[in-house]
Amino acid sequence: MDGGWREDFLLGCWQILPLLLASIPFALILGAAAAEKGISPGETTLMGAIVFAGSAQFVAVGVWEHPIPAIVIVLSTAMINLRHVLMSAAIEPGMTRFGPRRSYLALFFLADEIWAVALRRAAEGRLTPAYYFGLALPFYFSWLFWSTAGNLLGSAIAEPRRYGFDYAFAAVFLVILLGFWRRRPASLPILASAASALLAWKFLPGVWYVFIGGLAGTAAAVLSARSGDAD
Amino acid sequence: MAVTYASRAGGFWLVRRFPVRGRLKVGLEAVPLAVLTALIAPTVLATGPAESLAAIVTLLLAWRLPVLAAILGGIASVVLLRAFFA
Repeated sequence: MDGGWREDFLLGCWQILPLLLASIPFALILGAAAAEKGISPGETTLMGAIVFAGSAQFVAVGVWEHPIPAIVIVLSTAMINLRHVLMSAAIEPGMTRFGPRRSYLALFFLADEIWAVALRRAAEGRLTPAYYFGLALPFYFSWLFWSTAGNLLGSAIAEPRRYGFDYAFAAVFLVILLGFWRRRPASLPILASAASALLAWKFLPGVWYVFIGGLAGTAAAVLSARSGDAD
Repeated sequence: MAVTYASRAGGFWLVRRFPVRGRLKVGLEAVPLAVLTALIAPTVLATGPAESLAAIVTLLLAWRLPVLAAILGGIASVVLLRAFFA
């Protein structure tokens, strides 16, 4: 049922490609924003290499000053990253083919894009380490390369909106969402998540809306479950 | 970095240590739907008519076509719709 290591790795590379291309303008913009704050190209590469979290990096760069407000950066990125607790819990059942060491290495690369595509594969029961690293490694090195390039190029960066790149994220996630919904139609979590995410997005700073929407949708599923659903 | 990694490994670690059953399991199975919805809700529902209509186009395409075709069609439709509503 599983392909060889090479086939799975290449399939991963192929299936992450639309999201990888879509991430390039954002990496360029992040690099340019970092340059404006006086963060050097080398520091930009290093930050991407050890953090590898687009939205957390944007926030960290946004509040960056000299001297560095370490507590503010740690707290604000922690809030953004809370959603990863939910996400990594959701992908655990799909990672049966990963040993413990490979699991914890794989989780380092759990960006939103990689999580979503890997989860779709996991839902088919076919998530292998080769496929996962086929998603993660090209995306990781592309992110480092283009954010460093953005830092070097500075503000001479094209607008991602013009070619619809900013919408690629939404398009990919819609398609994946539809796949999950077809497999297990459940409207209440979607409605609860969308409504509370919109409210949080309107009234709270940053990307709190992702965690709040995720939590509300999950809570809706738990509360609406009949006791017969429990095993 | 430590913060990012701790949150990425944290949920996984918890689920592995404390197996989930019953209602908690139902909740965990809803996480993908809930998080994916929250991620795209502002773009799809509160940005403008072009983004909302393109979402419908993307879903319709995804119903019949391969994944990549639906994604590219969705992106193309947002470019056209933005030009129309601009």
